[in-house]
Amino acid sequence: MAEALTRATGAARAAAGRRAHYRRRYWAFALPAAAIVLAVIVFPWLFTLYMSVHEWEPSGGALFMGLGNYLKLAADARFAWAILRTLYFAALAVAAPVILGVAAALAFNERFPLRGLARTVFILPMMATPVAIALVWSMMFHPQLGVLNYLLSALGLPPASWTYSADTVIPTLALVETWQWTPLVMLIVLGGLASLPRDPYEAALLDGAGAWQTFRHITLPLIWPFIVVAGVIRTIDALKSFDVIYVITQGGPGTASETINIFLYQQAFAYYHLGYAGAVTVVFFILIIAVSLVLLAMRQRAKWQ
Amino acid sequence: MIRRRSVLKGSVALLAMPAIIGRARAASGFDWKQFKGTHIEVSLSKNPRSDVLQKHQKEFEELTGITVGSEQIPEQQQRPKAAIELASGRPSFDVLMVSLHVSKRLFGRAKWLEDLKPYLANPQLTAPDYDFADMGPGAVKTATQPDGRMDSLPLNPDLWIVFWNKQLFKEKGLAFPSSMSELLETARKLTDKSKGTYGFVGRGLKNANVPVWTSWLLGENAYTVTADGKKLLTDTPDAVWAAQLYRDLMRDCAPPGSIGFNWNECQTSFSQGKIAMWLDGVGFSAPLLDRKSSKVVDTVGFAVVPKGPKAQHSASFVDSMGIPAAGKNKGAAYLYCQWATSKKIMAEILRTGSGTPARLSVYSDPQVVRENKFGKEWLDAVMESQKISAPGLPEIVPVTEFRDTFGVALTNMITGADPAAELKKATQAFQPVLDKSNA
Repeated sequence: MAEALTRATGAARAAAGRRAHYRRRYWAFALPAAAIVLAVIVFPWLFTLYMSVHEWEPSGGALFMGLGNYLKLAADARFAWAILRTLYFAALAVAAPVILGVAAALAFNERFPLRGLARTVFILPMMATPVAIALVWSMMFHPQLGVLNYLLSALGLPPASWTYSADTVIPTLALVETWQWTPLVMLIVLGGLASLPRDPYEAALLDGAGAWQTFRHITLPLIWPFIVVAGVIRTIDALKSFDVIYVITQGGPGTASETINIFLYQQAFAYYHLGYAGAVTVVFFILIIAVSLVLLAMRQRAKWQ
Repeated sequence: MIRRRSVLKGSVALLAMPAIIGRARAASGFDWKQFKGTHIEVSLSKNPRSDVLQKHQKEFEELTGITVGSEQIPEQQQRPKAAIELASGRPSFDVLMVSLHVSKRLFGRAKWLEDLKPYLANPQLTAPDYDFADMGPGAVKTATQPDGRMDSLPLNPDLWIVFWNKQLFKEKGLAFPSSMSELLETARKLTDKSKGTYGFVGRGLKNANVPVWTSWLLGENAYTVTADGKKLLTDTPDAVWAAQLYRDLMRDCAPPGSIGFNWNECQTSFSQGKIAMWLDGVGFSAPLLDRKSSKVVDTVGFAVVPKGPKAQHSASFVDSMGIPAAGKNKGAAYLYCQWATSKKIMAEILRTGSGTPARLSVYSDPQVVRENKFGKEWLDAVMESQKISAPGLPEIVPVTEFRDTFGVALTNMITGADPAAELKKATQAFQPVLDKSNA
């Protein structure tokens, strides 16, 4: 009995040793990936945090100042306006593509001649390079020579200021984002529509439901998870949008289109206030995390039960 | 009869030829091949001068035996890229094209670039025909740091002139204005909004718009900071006068939307023939004479900025060539800088209309005068502007922040804000930044 117990204990020890051995070998396999994550994600973040608590000028050196940069940021009206503008821009650049993208998906879900060609043409803007798009749009926005004001005048409408007025610059930039990214929303929702079950529609038809009732009570709830996914992707993209704004307005007129990213770029690469820019990055990161958590919670609630 | 001895003699002479040429070069006082076999990297900002340098790069390689890799980067990206690489202590380039109007004090204070005065004084490194004294005094002054170091060689002062549409002036029976106040009156007379014709266009976009204001300020013989770079002079009566002139021209005489115009929008508008005057850098001349895109090829005039109440100046913005102090191939890099700022290259820059080089002699070079594609009026305007050039931006470290702060104030003026109040607010906001940079 005792011998059997000893054998069993020995076997258990040997198995545990093997598991520990496997664990050690497993870690060896994970090490390259861990090293890369540390080098390209963790280290830059720690370094950004380190910079954000220093006054860091490229020609000067680093001077520790604790939370000084954060306190300065809290009192910086230009930064506060940049946050508000970012949220305003993001709200427009998410809502418009989502609404138009859902409408386009419903339209392209129907069968009609040349549907494949029409779908291909519709997604073309998404495939273009944002900087190239921005350059073309900036030419079209020119108040005297741009094609957009020419089209307005052909319709008998007065010319618009587009990106050349503080009042209209953000909606105009959101228009460019909408033009480019509505196809993405359309593709996601179209995928959702293709996967919907037929049974609820047949039941609704038997019960005498109209087209609107069918859409409102069957289609919309069923594609809602896809709309939320599209909304999450668009929100993250809109919050971090930089290239289109920088190329078309550089944050102007004045600071009317200066979003957080443009503000950050100015602080880091135009004024070389690298420590202050580090603090902006940290605050912006916290903002993105907060918005992402809200969106993830929405996504959980939107899942099919 | 061919003898073995004479064949051998000839062969020996042929083999000795490079050494003989080398000795001849040494006798002439300069050896361009002294860094033969070295490779250098050149960082250029994107402009027509860089096109000329790259086009003739092969000639430099043949002259020196140095191989060159060069790239052009748009200036707004090249400046921060260069600053960050220089700060790292390991720049990827051996030669740098420097925008002195933006980077002079930043680079100078950090001593990121090599002082080139000892190089200029060294006959082993500087060719006897280089003739540094030929460089315009304004450009040399700009290239010299306050401590006397010259950490780059001047290449091209971009001078601000007035482009004007002679046809629009002729239609109204008006002459080109002789003073800044007259310029405003003339611009008002030439503005007919119902016909889409405007008397003036200039930069309204923040940051880019500051040189328009400082151009008028130079007419008061005034600058934006004191000579020691410590105190702002941006809310003085002179500064307010210049801001009012800027506001009046942009509000009353410029096309709608000019609040967001940078030079390219101004150029596009002017080239369509509906704008009477445009104040900007002479470097933007070439597209105005391109029949594919311009309607003013036969009507564009080039004029010196009119005199102000107290003085007549042309705002200038100097590009130069420098060598990183942390560079590894400084000798070869210096030969490149010397070649890039030589009479031959600068004459080529002027002949092709690629810029307005710093050397004065090239403006009287008969071939350049004969072949310059912009004609005599343009050359005269440039020559005259050279003589009265003055820095268009303050020589301070935070010059970009200065341009942003006062640029926003100027933009606000176009939309109705009071010039004196805006300048006061901007001055109060920026003086602490300037103080900190001087601390």
